[in-house]
This record gives sequence, C-alpha cells and structure tokens, in this order.
Amino acid sequence: MTSKLTRWSAVVYAALIYSFLYIPILILIAFSFNDSKLNAVWQGFTLEWYVQLWSNTNVLEAAKVTLIVAVVSTIASTMIGTLVAVGMYKYHFRGKSVLDAGLYIPLVMSEIVMGIAFLAFFSMVDMPLGIWTLIIAHITFCIPFVVVVIRARLQGFDRSIEEAAMDLGASEWKTFLLITLPVISPAIVASALLAFTLSIDDVIISFFVAGPGSTTLPLQIFSMVRFGVTPEINALSTIMLAVTLVIVITAERLRTRG
Amino acid sequence: MKDQSTAAVMSNPNQSEPKKTGKKFKINTGLLWTISPATIWLVLFLVVPLILVLFVSFMSRGTYGGIEYTFTIENYLRFLDPLYLNIMWTSVVMAGITTLACLILGYPFAYLIARSPVQYRTILLFLVIVPFWTNSLVRTYAWIVLLRTEGVINNLLIYLGWIQEPLQLLYNDGAVLIGLIYTLFPFMVLPLYGSIEKLDKSLLEAASDLGAKPWQAFLKVTLPLTMPGIVSGSLLVFIPALGLFFIPDLMGGAKTMIIGNLIKNQFLTARDWPFGSALSIVLMILTLILIAIYVRIAEGDRRGIHDI
Repeated sequence: MTSKLTRWSAVVYAALIYSFLYIPILILIAFSFNDSKLNAVWQGFTLEWYVQLWSNTNVLEAAKVTLIVAVVSTIASTMIGTLVAVGMYKYHFRGKSVLDAGLYIPLVMSEIVMGIAFLAFFSMVDMPLGIWTLIIAHITFCIPFVVVVIRARLQGFDRSIEEAAMDLGASEWKTFLLITLPVISPAIVASALLAFTLSIDDVIISFFVAGPGSTTLPLQIFSMVRFGVTPEINALSTIMLAVTLVIVITAERLRTRG
Repeated sequence: MKDQSTAAVMSNPNQSEPKKTGKKFKINTGLLWTISPATIWLVLFLVVPLILVLFVSFMSRGTYGGIEYTFTIENYLRFLDPLYLNIMWTSVVMAGITTLACLILGYPFAYLIARSPVQYRTILLFLVIVPFWTNSLVRTYAWIVLLRTEGVINNLLIYLGWIQEPLQLLYNDGAVLIGLIYTLFPFMVLPLYGSIEKLDKSLLEAASDLGAKPWQAFLKVTLPLTMPGIVSGSLLVFIPALGLFFIPDLMGGAKTMIIGNLIKNQFLTARDWPFGSALSIVLMILTLILIAIYVRIAEGDRRGIHDI
C-alpha cells in the first residue's frame, strides 16, 4: 500500500519536473507556427515566420558566421584536444598536473571572466574583433570538453593491445594510427559534435569577442529579444533547438556505444 | 631530465628506426607532438589573457575611458562602496537561492532517475541532457513568452476568468530567479545523478537491518555518500548564476543587477576596464575558493570510505 503510494508520487513528481523542463520549450516551438504576430493565442498554422527568416539578411549573415566559426573551431579544438588527451594518457612528464589544471580552468571558471580576458587580450594585441577572435575564443573553451570526452574513453582502454603491437615491431606512429585511433574514434566524433554544439550555442564569451560585423545567431537572438517578442524569434529558436537535438542524440549514441 | 628519459623509455621500448636525432637530443617526439599544441594554445589564449586582467585590475582609469599605466589598488577599494557591496550581496543571495532551489527540486528527481528501471533510465537521463546542451538564451526567451504581460500565462488566466487585468510577471527578481533556476537546473541534476547512481544499495540495506529508520539511513548514509555530487552540482549552478548577465538584462527590472551585469557594464558602457578587471579577479578568487572547498570535501569523502 505505502509502496504503491510512494511509487505514484514518484511518477507524479518526475512528470512535474519534466513538464517544468519541457512545457516552455514546447510552447515556444508551437508559437513559431502560429498565424499571428502575437505570441499568445493560437490562430492557425503557418510557416510564414520561417519564410521571413530566410529573407532576413541579418539572420542569414549571423547564420553564416556561426557556421564558419563552429566548423573551424570544432576541427581545431578536436585535433588539439585529441592530441593532448592521448599525450597525457601515454606519457608521464614534468608539469603534467599543471597542464591538467590548465585544462580544467575553462570548465569551472565563470564564462564572463573568460569573455573579458579575451576582450582585454585582443585589444592589447590590437586584433580587431570579428570572426577570427570568435574562432580563437571558441577553440579555447572547446578544447577542455574534447579532452574530457576522449580521456573518459581512453580510461577504459586495454593498454596491453598497444604494447603487443609495439612488441611485434610496429612503430609508435603506426600503433597510434592502427590501434589507438580506431578505439577512440567514436569518442573523437562525439567530442567534435559536442564542441560544435558548444560553439553554436555560446552566448557570454561570444558577446565580448564578436565584432560589429560578425554577430552569431545567439547574439542575433539576444538583440532581437531586446526589441520585443516576435514569432520570427520563435522560428529561429526552433531551428537552433532542432540542430542541437540532432547533434546531442548522435553524440550520446556514439559516446555510450561500446 | 629524469622525467624525460623515463618517459622516453616507457613510450618507446624498442625503437625500430635508427637514431636520426643526435644522442644529446633525446626529447620524445611523440610527447612533443601531442602536448605542445594544447600547451602553447592554453598559455597564449588563456594564461596570458588572465594575467592581463590581473595586470589591468591594478591600473588606473584614463580620462577618456582608456587605461592609464599607473599602479593603484583603488579598484579593489571601490568594493567598499555600499553601492557595489549591495550588488555583490544581491548577486550572492540570488545565486544562493537558485542553488538551493535547484538542489531541493533536483535531489529527489535525480534519485528517482537513478532508481528507475534500467530500461527507462537512459531515456529519462537523456531528457535531462537535452536541456543541458540547449542554448540558454533560447531557454530564457521561452520563459519571456510565457511571463510577459501579453504572454501565454496572463492570457490563459484572463481566459479562465481568474484575473481581469494582466499580472506583472516579468521584470522583477522573481522572474530572474525563474530564469536562473530553469537555465541551471540540468547542471545540478547530472552530477547528483552520477553520485546517487554509484551509491551501493547494500549499505542502505545494512542500515535498515541494523534498525535505522528510512530517514535515519538517508541522513547517515545516503546524504554523506552523495555529498560530492551535491557539492559539484551546487558549484555548477552557483558559479554561472553569478555571471549570466543576459537573464537579468532580459527578465529583470531596472534595478536587478548581478555581478555579471556589473562587469559587463564596466567593459561596455562605463568603459572602466580597470574596475571591471578588479571585479573579475574577485569573481575568480571566489570561484577558486569554492573549488578548493569542493576538492577538500571530495578528498575527505574518499578518505572516509577507506576508513570503512
């Protein structure tokens, strides 16, 4: 009797929390298809707001910047992050714990501090704010996430396979290419996807390092929301949600598989 | 020296290629190639910028908003101004309430997921991971759609006849708190889930066999053993809650300000970089202290388990 009661209250509680998490997002998505300028009462289905986005040059330009920044910083941070994760797994060297701490700083530090540190740095070295400063900043905050994902994968890896390959005469490079890389490749893809999501969704750091001609989509949403709530913002938000959802599903599958 | 040679021996027991590099340069190329890109990158784009912030925080403000290179501790003394102390206090209180609310709502929730049947667990957890990765600005905007005067909630209440005039739900501290809690909730649940899932059920059974009531078992066994999850979840909520300036910007009233807004304003509106830098350094020190406490608790916990 009591166990049944506790069980039901558990289900109800979980349902309430999931509603809290998802109802606002679902309402936001629903109103992106609403045939009314006001985000309040349902008037009928339309795709008008998506069509309008397509002719909004600011949004298109921001989408282009976002994509370029995300692709470049994903590739760079995945490469740098994978290398250092492998290096830290394979070798013992002086200063390893310092490097370890350095890699954890961006994970725990307040984003706003990183944002203003970049701003101060770029202005000191006279680097104009724009797409390049965005790329540098994004690579920096993506590296630690890549390292975390790949190290997690390496921790469960049987090292004796590598040793066996080297005993049989494979060079270090060959061992890496033929043994280590295939084992960690799902983690590499997963970490690249996560880096990509981090990059396209970043608000705070981008806010400080984006230039006048190089807005990203989240910053575009930020400035649009300041002028008021429009169904166009809902449409743009919905697209961003969809992209994130697809990426996260893929990354989770890769991460948990095998 | 010794480290390098041991590393070389460990990583390359039988070098098949002849030694092209001279004997004196026995630097491990594998090591060099793997860790130097990240090391150089982090030094250049993380360490140097942070040192720069520290440096600027001790400079004075120039007449036209620039930086004048004369040493001063004035920027740190300005904290004692009641105006700024007040903002700091509000900020810490708001972040504290957010953390507490996320913990109270999140702990039973994480417990339920961790104890749910295995076949549902993956999907239940996934439904928390999705908001974790979703753009926080989009999630904030979703609440603006709900709360504003012509918004969904007001319309619904008027339609139901519960109210005649729309309520002012947005642009106050309550709205900011909702925004912060909603945005940061997954950051609390995920570490909590991690520590609860790891919890050995047999310990609870043992407690119960020895006559402990469920609440006693919870207080004496579950709570202490999941403390690392509680602390890391709280850090992951508390630290960003001090800095998420766009939530008070979009959902708060004119007077709602957190440290994040203050820092942002120093850099973009007031153009007082030295003071903004000093604020950032204080925020950074606060963060480091919190992390040090976390490390202490996590280590103490590990020792505790060894004692058992």
